Parts: sequence; C-alpha cells; structure tokens
Amino acid sequence: MTHNTPTTKAPSQDSAAPRNTPTEIISSVAILAAIVLILRASLSFLKNPDGPSNLFASFYDLVGAGGSAEAIRASGLSPITNKLIIAVVAIAVGIAGVWALFIAANRVIDLFSPRWAERLRPFLFVGPAVALLGFFLVYPAINTISTSITDDGGAIENYKFALTDPDMLVAFRNNILWLVLGTGGSVLIGLIIAQLVDRVKREALAKTFIFLPMAISMVGASVVWGFVYEWKPPGQPQIGVLNAGLDAVGRDPIAWLQTAPLNTLALIVIMVWLQTGFAMVILSAAIKGVPGEILEAARIDGANEFQIFRRVIVPSIKGSVITVATTIFVAILKVFDIVFVTTGGKFDTEVIANRMFAEMFKFRNFGRASALAVVLLVVVTPIMVLNVRNLRRQGIGA
Amino acid sequence: MASITMTKLGKIYPDGTRAVGDVDLEIVDGEFLVLVGPSGCGKSTILRMIAGLEEISEGEMYIGETLVNDVQPKDRDIAMVFQNYALYPHMTVYDNMAFGLKLRKMDKADIDRRVKEAAAVLEITEFLDRKPKALSGGQRQRVAMGRAIVREPKAFLMDEPLSNLDAKLRVQMRTELSELHHRLKTTTVYVTHDQIEAMTLGHRVAVLKPVTAARPDNLSQVASPGELYSNPVNMFVAGFIGSPAMNMVNATLEQDATGLYAKFAGLRLLVDQVAIDRHPGLVERLGEQLVLGIRPGNFEAEAITGPAPDRTITATVTVAEMLGYETFVHFELEQPPVVTPDIEELLADTGADVSSLGDTTKFTARVTSDVPVSLGQELTVTVDTTKLHFFDPATGLRVGTAV
Repeated sequence: MTHNTPTTKAPSQDSAAPRNTPTEIISSVAILAAIVLILRASLSFLKNPDGPSNLFASFYDLVGAGGSAEAIRASGLSPITNKLIIAVVAIAVGIAGVWALFIAANRVIDLFSPRWAERLRPFLFVGPAVALLGFFLVYPAINTISTSITDDGGAIENYKFALTDPDMLVAFRNNILWLVLGTGGSVLIGLIIAQLVDRVKREALAKTFIFLPMAISMVGASVVWGFVYEWKPPGQPQIGVLNAGLDAVGRDPIAWLQTAPLNTLALIVIMVWLQTGFAMVILSAAIKGVPGEILEAARIDGANEFQIFRRVIVPSIKGSVITVATTIFVAILKVFDIVFVTTGGKFDTEVIANRMFAEMFKFRNFGRASALAVVLLVVVTPIMVLNVRNLRRQGIGA
Repeated sequence: MASITMTKLGKIYPDGTRAVGDVDLEIVDGEFLVLVGPSGCGKSTILRMIAGLEEISEGEMYIGETLVNDVQPKDRDIAMVFQNYALYPHMTVYDNMAFGLKLRKMDKADIDRRVKEAAAVLEITEFLDRKPKALSGGQRQRVAMGRAIVREPKAFLMDEPLSNLDAKLRVQMRTELSELHHRLKTTTVYVTHDQIEAMTLGHRVAVLKPVTAARPDNLSQVASPGELYSNPVNMFVAGFIGSPAMNMVNATLEQDATGLYAKFAGLRLLVDQVAIDRHPGLVERLGEQLVLGIRPGNFEAEAITGPAPDRTITATVTVAEMLGYETFVHFELEQPPVVTPDIEELLADTGADVSSLGDTTKFTARVTSDVPVSLGQELTVTVDTTKLHFFDPATGLRVGTAV
C-alpha cells in the first residue's frame, strides 16, 4: 500500500495554493464515504451466515429467476460453498478494501495544506497498526492489571500472595535459578560451540545437529527428557537412560525429577538443550563477522587461541551476546511448558508462569493469576527495553 | 632486531596452485627491504610466511639464527602492520598498543612508558583514550604503527600500510616512515605494489613477478633502488620500475667503421661505449634482434642539446602532457611492438593485453618544458646513448647477464 503514496502525494506538493475545487473536495470525501459504506456492508455480510445464500437469492431475483431465488432462500447453500464464498469475500475485502480505503483516505488528506497533510499522513498509515496493537495488547494488559486489583481479595491480598506466599517464594527462587543457569548455560555453551564449529570441516552438519532441538516444541522436548529422567524403584528394570546407566554400573537409581533441588536443575538442562542451538547460530554468524585481520593481528601480538577468543572475539561480538542473552532470558522468564509437562510444579519445581496457570485455570483465582501476570510483565519490561535498544544500536531493528 | 633469511622458500596452496617459488633472500639486520611487484606476484604471501600466518611449503626461514618454519606467529617476536590497520575495535588506542605487551605479562609501568613514548613519537598522545572508529584513516595508521613499535620486535612487517590513505597523506606518511626507520633501525620488510614507495623507502628492493609454469620462481631482482633503475636485470624489472615506464623497441645491431649502431623503425642510434661496457658480449650479437630500452628521462629536445648526429629520433607528437617543469611527449614509431612474456605480465597488471599495444611502438619522452611542444608537430629528440639498455627477447634477460 505504501508504495502508492508517492504518486498520490505528488500533486499536493507541487501544485499551487488554490487547487482544491469544490468538486474535488466533494468527490474525495464522497469516495471515502462510499468505500467506508461498502466495507461496512461487506463486514455485515461476512457476519451473517446466510449472507451468501441471500446474495445469490437477490441475484436470481434481479435476473428474474424467482423460482431459483425461493429455492435458495429455503434450503440455503451447502456449507462448503458457503464457507468458500465467505473466504473469498473476506480476502477481497481484506486486501482490495483496505487498499482502497488507504488510497481514498490519502486523497482526503491531500486536500489539506501541504503542511497539515504531511502532519496527518503518518497517522493514516500507522493508525490501523496502532489500533490493532491497542486492541490486542494494550487493552488486555490494562484489563489484567484491573483484574489483579479488583478480583479475589483485592489489590493488597493478591499482590501480598504474589510476592510473599511461601509457594511463590519457592517459585521466585526457582525462576531466578532458571534465569541464571538457563540463560548462562545456553549462552556459554552456545558461544563455545559456535567458536569450536568454526574450525570444523563439516561445519554445517555439526551446526544442524546442535540446532535441531530448536525445531522441537517445549512439550515434545519435555516428554522426551521425561523418559531420560524416568525413575523406577531399585530392582525393577530402569527405562530411563540416566538410571539405566546408573543401574549398569551397579548404583541405585536417582529420582531425578522428584528430588529437590536436583529436579529443577534437570529441568533447566532441558531448556539449555533447547536454546543452545539458537544461541550458537546467532553467535556463530557474529564470530564469522569478526575480520580475519584482527585475529591475525592478535596472533602476531602474541595471543594464544584462548586469549584471542576471550579478549578479541568475545568483546567484538558483545552486542550479539547481549541480544542472545536477553532473548533467551525473556523466554526463560516465561517458562511454563517444561514444568507443566514434567512435574506440574510439584517437588519444589514451581515457577511463576506455572503457578499463574494453576491459579487461573485450576483454582479460578483470577485476581491472583492476574497479579502474577503483572509481576512477570514488570520483570520482563526492562529486559525488553534493553533488548530493543541493543538491536537498534546494531541497526537490526528500526 | 635480527636478520631474516629465506632459502629456497616456496608456497603451494592445497589446491596445487603455486604462489611462491625458489625465493632466496637475506634481509640483514636493520635493513629496510621492500617487496614490490604486480598483484599476484606473491609478495604478501612471502610477508605472511615471515609472520607465520601462512605455512611454509618449501624451503627454510630463519629469523636471526632460529629456524622458524614451525614456530607459531606469537613466538616469532615480529610485529605486523596491516593494510586495513586491523585495530581491535573494542579497545581504546592505548589498549590497542598495550595489548601485545599485556599478553607478555610486562610490568604495568613499563607498558605505560612504552605506549606513551610511542604515542609521542607518532603524535597520537591526544587520542589514547579514543576508540579506533573515532579516528581518521591517517590516525588509525599511526596507531597500527604504534602497536608495532611498542613491542620492540625483531622485525616489522608491513603489508601495503599506506594504500588505504589518500594521495597527500600517503606521501607524508611515507616520509615519516622513513624517518621512523632511521630512528629505530629495526629490520623492516615492506610490501607494496607502488614502485615509488618501493624506491623511496627501500634500502634494497626485491622485485617479484607472478609465478608461471615455465618459471616457477618469482624473485626477479634484489638491489638498491639506484641499481634497479640503472641496471635492471630483465625486461620485467625494467618495465616495472620507473614512471613513465621504459620505452622498448625491437632493434638490431650493426657495426661499421664509425661504431656500433642500433637500428629500428628506419632509425639508427649510435651506441655509446659506456653502454657497450655495461652489456658484456653485446658486440657479439650483431645482426640479432634484441630489445632496446630507453628510459623516458634519457631524452631531451634537440633544441636544448644542440645537434647530435646519429643520436636523435624524429617523430610526430601524438600527445603532449605539460607538467609545468617538464613535458611528457608521446610519439609512435612504425615498428611492431615488443611482445614477450615479461611484457605480457606487465600489461596484465594494468588490466590490458597485447592487443592494446596496436601495431606501432609507442614511445614516451620526458623533455624540459622550456621547449614548446604542440600536438601533431614534428619533434626531434636527442637520446642519451650512454644509458641504453639491451635485452634478449627470448629470455627477457639483460644482455650480458649470466642465466
């Protein structure tokens, strides 16, 4: 749509002041109004399940085939035809309608003096996006905040629970463990692998294997790792890889997922396994971007390979490391699936998001759940700000 | 400080391409040696082999008395200045210079003293706290130089360090480099494709040419700049050194009672005894086709020199370039151009090929601008026949050089 602007905008910039004849004004506004009306009509058409059959009926009436019109009114169209027609109309309205709306609205803006036109135009183009964001993002956020204040025991009760309840303190402790070990582990291992694969002949193949877990959903990964950690009482055959290993060397099996704090660490390993590939791919690209001459200069300056890595490569890719770390940090802050699938938050493995889910959908404590959501939001926000700023500095984001 | 010795040095890449072959070179302690040649001649490869960044496929390399074939770059105690400076972008100028010393666990106070001294010499003291990206090209170049100096290494290796600077700065830095070397007296190997840099900086200059299947060695001549200019050992060196390039024409020798003459394009030049002495065995090549080389600077307008029978060329001026203090006069002689492998290589370096030569021999003469020269006029120039050069077209070698 935007590429149409220059052509429509052009007249307003180079034409002289008295350029808006009354006909022009009226026609521009009329076209816009007409398009708005057409779009409204199409929307109500899309809302009405009988829309397509009514359309056909009116069409038959128009051409004088009254019998066919009655038949369609009575029996309706087959559901598939009905849906297809609705889909086609929806696509047409969605693309052509919006396009026409933009053009028409742009023409109306052209009626203003150039100074005002250029002030108003951004709102026309950004407006729809802002409206959508507002509706789907800002409104729910505000709603959540208001629920957390009004529902259940009110603001004080809800936030007191969120911040001081013993269960919540465990969840906070675990979340901090997750954040530190999960983020640190993923970034560190990703960084080391990225540097190591740089020297491997079949680099692409090696990277693919490390990256593969990224393609697995958290639930899938949790199920897989659930088997790895599987525990059977001593004496029974061990089906979990780890305990089978212990069994083979004659040791008692360990209940990986039932023993705190071992279980939280075991769950963090799943997350690291999932995120390392992501960290590796980004950091590997960054490492390749470090100019070879700088590495050669360091080599001649007397640095060994480890010193080059630590004192030249890592500082050079600091921006990418921060981006990767904050991205993983935010993903881990919201960790839910892994805990939900493996332990359900039992055995001291609770995390904030899992508790939020439980409060919301098990215990129906909307206020408490909302308070937890707000707490998460407050914690994530500064990280997101940092991340966006970092991306902007690297020229990735605008 | 140390000498650098290469014996039968060669480099073959894993895909079988040979980049360097049969290089015997001894760089004495404190010398400023320039490796010069067209692109692809292996000069940077040799430098990188000295640095240890490129593995040595053949031959031996000594720094001082130590065989360094299998010594890591970090243990060779040499410093290198790269074409793109290769400064560490995340470090300040100070840290860039101090990095190598810190790695060597040198005392903090000593590091500080060395860095500040070098910064003072290079006049970059005020930038010590800045990051490289806040510096201009010339300043970055100085930092790169400083990083090398503080190390007080056995040798400096410089890989076209001035080629990223603009022309004016390049001339200035060239002079400063010369002064710097005079002060530090550290063995320096300097790679460039710019023959003016080579001639002005080098105590000795090694002229290299690309390795070919027929001649798998790339060292053409190693000599002082003056020697390279006045006694080039082959047509490649003769054509590469000197700007504008040496004029070359196919000529035959004939002898009569009055002396030895070089005949070409219907002209006869009397070969001076000095030139004959400089080419042992020249008189035995009577009647053979040789290549005669005359440097543009060895011409002068007849109006200035006065009549000089048997030493003049008269031709129509095709281009006259006025430089103020002198004029480059271009003219063409009715004689097919000289085409030998050496000439083809020289042409390839400028991106041209033999077909661009046409079917005449083009000459350039440098004459004083006191004589007005205009396009299309007939001009007679006198040749300094003591400074004629004769080459064997088959081998490309100077007549009288042992093969």
